[in-house]
Amino acid sequence: MLIFILKRLGLALIVALTVSVIAFALLRASGDIATALAGEGATPESIAVIRETYGLDRPLIVQYFAWLWDVTRGDFGQSFFFRTDVAGLIIGKIGNTLILGGASLAIALALSIPLGVLAAIYSGSMIDRAVTLFSLMGQALPSFFLGLVLIMIFAIRLRWFPASGADSWKNFVLPAVTLGYYITPPFMRLVRAGMIDALNTDYVRTARAKGLPARRVVFKHALRNALVPVVGLVAVQLGLLMGGSVVVESIFALDGLGYLAYQSISYRDFPVLQAVVLLLSLAYVVLTLLSDIINAWLDPRLRAA
Amino acid sequence: MIAMTTNPPSRTAKTLRKMLHHPSLVVGVAIVAAMILVAIFAPLLAPHDPYVQDISRRAVPPVWYEKGTWENILGTDQLGRDYLSRLIYGARVSLLIGFSVVLISGIIGTTLGLLAGYFGGRVDTLVTFIVTVRLAMPVILVALAVVALFGGSMWVVITVLGLLKWDRFAVVVRSTTQQIRALDYIASARSAGASTFWILLREVLPNIAPQLIVIATIEVASAILMEAALSFLGLGVQPPLPSWGLMISEAKSYMFFSFWLIAIPGTALATLVFAINLAGDGLRDMITPERS
Repeated sequence: MLIFILKRLGLALIVALTVSVIAFALLRASGDIATALAGEGATPESIAVIRETYGLDRPLIVQYFAWLWDVTRGDFGQSFFFRTDVAGLIIGKIGNTLILGGASLAIALALSIPLGVLAAIYSGSMIDRAVTLFSLMGQALPSFFLGLVLIMIFAIRLRWFPASGADSWKNFVLPAVTLGYYITPPFMRLVRAGMIDALNTDYVRTARAKGLPARRVVFKHALRNALVPVVGLVAVQLGLLMGGSVVVESIFALDGLGYLAYQSISYRDFPVLQAVVLLLSLAYVVLTLLSDIINAWLDPRLRAA
Repeated sequence: MIAMTTNPPSRTAKTLRKMLHHPSLVVGVAIVAAMILVAIFAPLLAPHDPYVQDISRRAVPPVWYEKGTWENILGTDQLGRDYLSRLIYGARVSLLIGFSVVLISGIIGTTLGLLAGYFGGRVDTLVTFIVTVRLAMPVILVALAVVALFGGSMWVVITVLGLLKWDRFAVVVRSTTQQIRALDYIASARSAGASTFWILLREVLPNIAPQLIVIATIEVASAILMEAALSFLGLGVQPPLPSWGLMISEAKSYMFFSFWLIAIPGTALATLVFAINLAGDGLRDMITPERS
């Protein structure tokens, strides 16, 4: 188990470093940083001064390691647009995105677990088909369209929830529903497939043959095993969740990390974008590492891989 | 598709009969085929020029509204352009981008997956590493950033999505190739002196074709949605090109008084993606009967 963890940790570290090189290259590909930092109407002299103070005249490889060293200490440089420290900017916005992500995940799990179980128990029936149809529709409905429709109905016509901002819990309801519905289908499919497999395993058959009540078989024996891959999917779907939050936060003008990323792209504020991309990649690497370890701990057969 | 037409007719007929047992496949394929026809014959079907603006006829509602006219069946947009014509031409943008992206991502992903699955060892380690790095990158942010850098055009969108969205192809092709590689007929082809390239092309590839088609349908749908999202955010296809995502974005501020302006392209987009996924689901059921 220790060797497995060390191997995975090593791989995660190499992946993280590769991603950091890509994120670094992204900023350099965007144009001359010294000119961007100096702002509009700067003289060549002031640009040259900035180039020297920020060490932008050094070879790229030296700059990369200097940047990497700063990043490991939590220093992501200066924002071109907001003219502030990138790290502070991100810390100020990350809370809203975590609330939105958590609420959406809760909605997705609350929808997908019962529906997935129901579809698996009555596999092939009308219920199963209705659940599959619901999931296909969820996949087909673009999140930005659903978001606008919800604004139209619940913010403009009914006035139950605000259409934009992040001032109270009410601001998070519509975005969380939009994002939650968007990420529900993959979870539902996985719960359904996992439950069908679990219901066909020997130990569930044995439990049934022993005459245990159906409800106990389903919830105690089968569901527990069907949920193992769902843990892994939560990590993998982080990308989907983040991608979705860029769109959803922009529609609802919810001041979080996704909206910040969208703004940073619109304003060509590449240090901010670089930091967000790097953080998201790291979050993905850490979460997949954790889910690999949890799964290997639950199922020793996976440790050989 | 090629494999299906070169087969003896009896097998094609059998495949067709099998297809009819999956109603979701039939419905999905029918809707997608209709949309493809609309896209191809857009110039013949569109009642007006999708680019001609008429300031005197802005945001005219569709015909089923009180103020609607038969002149513009689906009304006009905020610049007075015929909405039905824009919708019809929009199908071209969505389908062209969806299929082109999958052509690029399919080739990249299948090549990587074939190599990793067939050779194993260090090649497999390398490919798995590349896939892991790719999965760690947030697709939408990288795509948005690249479009911001290189400027929004249809070809930039196609290239960037094609270069990013090959992961599912690589993962599935890799594991399927691993299974096929262990089979007897690959060993016999090798002992008969067939080259590796020949084996991959003629023995392995045809046998993973069913899985490839299923992933390709899912990926076309996903690419269409992604283009719509990029265009909606203003970093995809640029105006005046009628992309459904862009149409929703442009009509956003008129939503309160003219809701149809976002409802019509939104419904078209959802219907197309729904139909493609329905067809993909049907295909999957057909290929793996034990699952259904």
